[in-house]
Amino acid sequence: MTGLLVVLGAMVGAPLRYLTDRAIQTRHDSGFPWGTLTVNLTGCLILGALTGAAVSSPTYALLGTGFCGALTTYSTFGYETIRLTEERSYLYAALNVTVSIVAGLGAALLGFTTAHALS
Amino acid sequence: MTRELDATAHPGPAEPIDPDIDLHQPGQRQEPLRSQGAILTAISLGGAIGAVARYGLAQVWPTPAHGFPWATFATNVLGCFLIGVLMVVVTELRTAHPLVRPFLGVGILGGFTTFSTYANETRALLEPGTAATAFTYLGATLLCALLATLVAVRVTRAAGNYRRAVA
Repeated sequence: MTGLLVVLGAMVGAPLRYLTDRAIQTRHDSGFPWGTLTVNLTGCLILGALTGAAVSSPTYALLGTGFCGALTTYSTFGYETIRLTEERSYLYAALNVTVSIVAGLGAALLGFTTAHALS
Repeated sequence: MTRELDATAHPGPAEPIDPDIDLHQPGQRQEPLRSQGAILTAISLGGAIGAVARYGLAQVWPTPAHGFPWATFATNVLGCFLIGVLMVVVTELRTAHPLVRPFLGVGILGGFTTFSTYANETRALLEPGTAATAFTYLGATLLCALLATLVAVRVTRAAGNYRRAVA
Protein backbone atom coordinates (compact mmCIF):
# COMPACT_ATOMS: atom_id res chain seq x y z
CA MET A 1 0.00 0.00 0.00
CA THR A 2 2.72 2.45 1.01
CA GLY A 3 4.69 1.44 -2.07
CA LEU A 4 1.67 2.32 -4.23
CA LEU A 5 1.52 5.81 -2.70
CA VAL A 6 5.25 6.26 -3.44
CA VAL A 7 4.58 5.24 -7.05
CA LEU A 8 1.66 7.67 -7.43
CA GLY A 9 3.67 10.57 -6.00
CA ALA A 10 6.68 9.79 -8.18
CA MET A 11 4.55 9.49 -11.33
CA VAL A 12 3.63 13.16 -10.85
CA GLY A 13 6.93 14.42 -9.43
CA ALA A 14 9.25 13.08 -12.15
CA PRO A 15 7.41 14.56 -15.18
CA LEU A 16 6.91 17.81 -13.25
CA ARG A 17 10.70 18.03 -12.80
CA TYR A 18 11.16 17.55 -16.54
CA LEU A 19 8.51 20.15 -17.48
CA THR A 20 9.85 22.69 -14.96
CA ASP A 21 13.40 22.17 -16.18
CA ARG A 22 12.39 22.62 -19.83
CA ALA A 23 10.27 25.70 -19.09
CA ILE A 24 13.10 27.37 -17.16
CA GLN A 25 15.96 26.39 -19.48
CA THR A 26 14.14 27.64 -22.58
CA ARG A 27 13.56 31.04 -20.92
CA HIS A 28 17.13 31.40 -19.64
CA ASP A 29 19.72 30.89 -22.35
CA SER A 30 22.43 30.20 -19.83
CA GLY A 31 24.89 27.43 -19.09
CA PHE A 32 23.88 27.48 -15.45
CA PRO A 33 21.46 24.68 -14.52
CA TRP A 34 18.65 26.90 -13.20
CA GLY A 35 16.00 24.25 -13.85
CA THR A 36 17.53 21.56 -11.63
CA LEU A 37 18.30 24.13 -8.93
CA THR A 38 14.65 25.26 -8.94
CA VAL A 39 13.15 21.77 -8.59
CA ASN A 40 15.69 20.78 -5.95
CA LEU A 41 15.06 23.86 -3.80
CA THR A 42 11.28 23.55 -4.18
CA GLY A 43 11.42 19.88 -3.16
CA CYS A 44 13.63 20.68 -0.15
CA LEU A 45 11.12 23.33 1.00
CA ILE A 46 8.07 21.05 0.59
CA LEU A 47 9.74 18.05 2.25
CA GLY A 48 10.89 20.29 5.11
CA ALA A 49 7.30 21.50 5.58
CA LEU A 50 5.94 17.92 5.51
CA THR A 51 8.45 16.91 8.18
CA GLY A 52 7.74 20.03 10.26
CA ALA A 53 4.00 19.47 10.09
CA ALA A 54 4.57 15.82 11.14
CA VAL A 55 2.13 14.54 8.50
CA SER A 56 0.79 10.98 8.64
CA SER A 57 2.82 8.10 7.18
CA PRO A 58 0.62 7.66 4.07
CA THR A 59 0.76 11.40 3.31
CA TYR A 60 4.54 11.36 3.75
CA ALA A 61 4.87 8.35 1.43
CA LEU A 62 2.79 10.05 -1.27
CA LEU A 63 4.08 13.62 -1.06
CA GLY A 64 7.47 13.17 0.61
CA THR A 65 9.08 9.90 -0.54
CA GLY A 66 7.15 9.79 -3.83
CA PHE A 67 6.52 13.33 -5.05
CA CYS A 68 9.44 15.28 -3.50
CA GLY A 69 11.83 12.37 -3.99
CA ALA A 70 11.07 12.21 -7.72
CA LEU A 71 10.76 15.98 -8.16
CA THR A 72 14.31 16.44 -6.87
CA THR A 73 17.39 14.78 -8.27
CA TYR A 74 20.97 14.22 -7.22
CA SER A 75 22.04 12.45 -10.41
CA THR A 76 21.26 15.40 -12.68
CA PHE A 77 22.82 17.80 -10.16
CA GLY A 78 25.99 15.68 -10.17
CA TYR A 79 26.10 15.25 -13.92
CA GLU A 80 25.49 18.93 -14.66
CA THR A 81 28.24 19.91 -12.22
CA ILE A 82 30.73 17.54 -13.87
CA ARG A 83 29.64 18.75 -17.33
CA LEU A 84 30.32 22.34 -16.26
CA THR A 85 33.84 21.39 -15.15
CA GLU A 86 34.43 19.59 -18.46
CA GLU A 87 33.42 22.80 -20.23
CA ARG A 88 35.91 24.61 -17.97
CA SER A 89 33.09 26.64 -16.42
CA TYR A 90 34.63 26.18 -13.00
CA LEU A 91 32.89 29.25 -11.60
CA TYR A 92 29.46 27.95 -12.58
CA ALA A 93 30.30 24.48 -11.25
CA ALA A 94 31.41 25.89 -7.89
CA LEU A 95 28.37 28.18 -7.75
CA ASN A 96 26.04 25.30 -8.58
CA VAL A 97 27.45 23.18 -5.74
CA THR A 98 27.52 26.00 -3.18
CA VAL A 99 24.10 27.45 -3.96
CA SER A 100 22.43 24.01 -4.20
CA ILE A 101 23.82 22.87 -0.84
CA VAL A 102 23.42 26.11 1.12
CA ALA A 103 20.02 27.08 -0.32
CA GLY A 104 18.78 23.46 -0.23
CA LEU A 105 19.59 23.18 3.45
CA GLY A 106 18.11 26.65 4.02
CA ALA A 107 14.90 25.73 2.18
CA ALA A 108 14.57 22.51 4.21
CA LEU A 109 15.08 24.48 7.43
CA LEU A 110 12.63 27.20 6.36
CA GLY A 111 9.94 24.67 5.44
CA PHE A 112 10.44 22.69 8.64
CA THR A 113 10.46 25.70 10.99
CA THR A 114 7.45 27.40 9.35
CA ALA A 115 5.30 24.26 9.27
CA HIS A 116 6.35 23.34 12.81
CA ALA A 117 5.37 26.80 14.10
CA LEU A 118 2.01 26.75 12.31
CA SER A 119 0.98 23.25 13.33
CA MET B 1 35.33 35.71 -14.79
CA THR B 2 34.30 37.02 -18.20
CA ARG B 3 36.08 34.16 -19.92
CA GLU B 4 34.23 31.66 -17.75
CA LEU B 5 30.88 33.25 -18.52
CA ASP B 6 31.72 33.30 -22.23
CA ALA B 7 32.64 29.67 -22.14
CA THR B 8 29.15 28.82 -20.95
CA ALA B 9 27.26 31.24 -23.14
CA HIS B 10 25.97 28.69 -25.58
CA PRO B 11 26.38 25.08 -24.58
CA GLY B 12 22.93 24.79 -22.98
CA PRO B 13 21.54 21.45 -21.97
CA ALA B 14 21.81 18.77 -24.62
CA GLU B 15 18.39 18.26 -26.17
CA PRO B 16 16.82 15.12 -24.73
CA ILE B 17 14.33 14.90 -27.56
CA ASP B 18 14.22 15.25 -31.29
CA PRO B 19 15.24 18.84 -31.98
CA ASP B 20 14.47 18.58 -35.69
CA ILE B 21 10.83 19.52 -35.35
CA ASP B 22 9.98 22.95 -36.70
CA LEU B 23 7.13 24.40 -34.69
CA HIS B 24 6.47 27.00 -37.40
CA GLN B 25 5.38 24.31 -39.84
CA PRO B 26 1.64 23.72 -39.25
CA GLY B 27 1.91 20.07 -40.20
CA GLN B 28 4.59 19.43 -37.61
CA ARG B 29 2.81 21.07 -34.69
CA GLN B 30 1.07 17.85 -33.76
CA GLU B 31 4.38 16.01 -33.68
CA PRO B 32 5.71 17.56 -30.43
CA LEU B 33 2.36 16.86 -28.76
CA ARG B 34 2.61 13.18 -29.62
CA SER B 35 6.29 12.87 -28.74
CA GLN B 36 5.84 14.95 -25.58
CA GLY B 37 3.09 12.54 -24.49
CA ALA B 38 5.37 9.55 -25.02
CA ILE B 39 8.26 11.30 -23.27
CA LEU B 40 6.16 12.30 -20.25
CA THR B 41 4.79 8.76 -19.97
CA ALA B 42 8.30 7.30 -20.14
CA ILE B 43 9.52 9.74 -17.47
CA SER B 44 6.50 9.05 -15.27
CA LEU B 45 6.96 5.26 -15.42
CA GLY B 46 10.72 5.53 -14.98
CA GLY B 47 10.28 7.88 -12.04
CA ALA B 48 7.93 5.41 -10.36
CA ILE B 49 10.43 2.55 -10.79
CA GLY B 50 13.31 4.67 -9.48
CA ALA B 51 11.35 5.96 -6.49
CA VAL B 52 10.16 2.47 -5.50
CA ALA B 53 13.74 1.20 -5.70
CA ARG B 54 14.87 4.06 -3.42
CA TYR B 55 11.98 3.39 -1.02
CA GLY B 56 12.76 -0.35 -0.98
CA LEU B 57 16.42 0.24 -0.23
CA ALA B 58 15.51 2.62 2.61
CA GLN B 59 13.17 -0.06 4.03
CA VAL B 60 15.77 -2.83 4.07
CA TRP B 61 18.54 -0.47 5.22
CA PRO B 62 16.85 1.80 7.78
CA THR B 63 18.76 4.69 9.32
CA PRO B 64 19.06 4.36 13.10
CA ALA B 65 17.98 7.41 15.12
CA HIS B 66 20.67 10.14 14.86
CA GLY B 67 22.67 7.82 12.60
CA PHE B 68 24.35 8.30 9.21
CA PRO B 69 21.71 7.92 6.43
CA TRP B 70 23.56 5.18 4.54
CA ALA B 71 20.64 4.21 2.29
CA THR B 72 20.21 7.73 0.84
CA PHE B 73 23.99 8.08 0.59
CA ALA B 74 24.27 4.83 -1.41
CA THR B 75 21.26 5.76 -3.57
CA ASN B 76 22.67 9.15 -4.55
CA VAL B 77 26.23 7.95 -5.17
CA LEU B 78 25.08 4.94 -7.22
CA GLY B 79 22.60 7.08 -9.18
CA CYS B 80 25.35 9.59 -9.98
CA PHE B 81 27.65 6.83 -11.21
CA LEU B 82 24.93 5.37 -13.43
CA ILE B 83 23.98 8.74 -14.99
CA GLY B 84 27.63 9.29 -15.87
CA VAL B 85 27.69 5.98 -17.75
CA LEU B 86 24.31 6.62 -19.39
CA MET B 87 25.06 10.13 -20.58
CA VAL B 88 28.35 9.19 -22.24
CA VAL B 89 26.71 6.19 -23.92
CA VAL B 90 23.70 8.09 -25.30
CA THR B 91 25.44 11.36 -26.20
CA GLU B 92 28.89 10.24 -27.32
CA LEU B 93 29.04 6.52 -28.08
CA ARG B 94 25.84 5.59 -29.86
CA THR B 95 22.55 6.90 -31.15
CA ALA B 96 19.89 5.94 -28.66
CA HIS B 97 16.14 5.69 -29.16
CA PRO B 98 14.58 9.09 -28.29
CA LEU B 99 12.85 7.58 -25.25
CA VAL B 100 15.95 5.94 -23.72
CA ARG B 101 17.29 9.04 -22.02
CA PRO B 102 13.88 10.27 -20.74
CA PHE B 103 13.08 6.80 -19.36
CA LEU B 104 16.45 5.83 -17.87
CA GLY B 105 18.01 9.20 -17.07
CA VAL B 106 15.19 11.65 -16.30
CA GLY B 107 12.81 8.94 -15.07
CA ILE B 108 14.57 6.06 -13.30
CA LEU B 109 17.74 7.79 -12.12
CA GLY B 110 15.94 11.08 -11.41
CA GLY B 111 13.31 9.23 -9.40
CA PHE B 112 15.90 7.04 -7.69
CA THR B 113 18.17 9.85 -6.49
CA THR B 114 16.90 12.61 -4.24
CA PHE B 115 18.10 16.01 -3.19
CA SER B 116 15.19 16.80 -0.87
CA THR B 117 15.77 13.82 1.43
CA TYR B 118 19.51 14.57 1.47
CA ALA B 119 18.88 18.17 2.61
CA ASN B 120 16.21 17.22 5.13
CA GLU B 121 18.24 14.39 6.67
CA THR B 122 21.11 16.83 7.06
CA ARG B 123 18.78 19.36 8.68
CA ALA B 124 17.47 16.72 11.09
CA LEU B 125 21.05 15.87 12.12
CA LEU B 126 21.89 19.52 12.85
CA GLU B 127 21.53 19.04 16.61
CA PRO B 128 24.28 19.63 19.16
CA GLY B 129 24.97 15.90 19.54
CA THR B 130 24.91 14.98 15.85
CA ALA B 131 26.20 18.08 14.06
CA ALA B 132 29.41 16.26 13.13
CA THR B 133 27.38 13.48 11.47
CA ALA B 134 25.35 16.14 9.62
CA PHE B 135 28.41 17.79 8.11
CA THR B 136 30.08 14.44 7.38
CA TYR B 137 26.93 13.27 5.57
CA LEU B 138 26.60 16.58 3.69
CA GLY B 139 30.23 16.61 2.54
CA ALA B 140 30.72 12.88 1.97
CA THR B 141 27.62 12.60 -0.24
CA LEU B 142 28.70 15.58 -2.33
CA LEU B 143 32.30 14.40 -2.69
CA CYS B 144 31.48 10.75 -3.43
CA ALA B 145 28.60 11.60 -5.79
CA LEU B 146 30.66 14.04 -7.88
CA LEU B 147 33.62 11.64 -7.89
CA ALA B 148 31.35 8.76 -8.94
CA THR B 149 29.97 10.84 -11.83
CA LEU B 150 33.44 11.90 -12.95
CA VAL B 151 34.85 8.35 -12.79
CA ALA B 152 31.81 6.97 -14.65
CA VAL B 153 32.12 9.58 -17.43
CA ARG B 154 35.87 9.06 -17.86
CA VAL B 155 35.82 5.25 -17.68
CA THR B 156 32.85 4.91 -20.06
CA ARG B 157 34.44 7.32 -22.53
CA ALA B 158 37.77 5.45 -22.35
CA ALA B 159 36.02 2.11 -22.84
CA GLY B 160 34.19 3.51 -25.88
CA ASN B 161 37.40 4.86 -27.38
CA TYR B 162 39.17 1.55 -26.75
CA ARG B 163 36.39 -0.40 -28.47
CA ARG B 164 36.54 1.95 -31.44
CA ALA B 165 40.34 1.62 -31.61
CA VAL B 166 40.35 -2.18 -31.64
CA ALA B 167 37.33 -2.48 -33.94
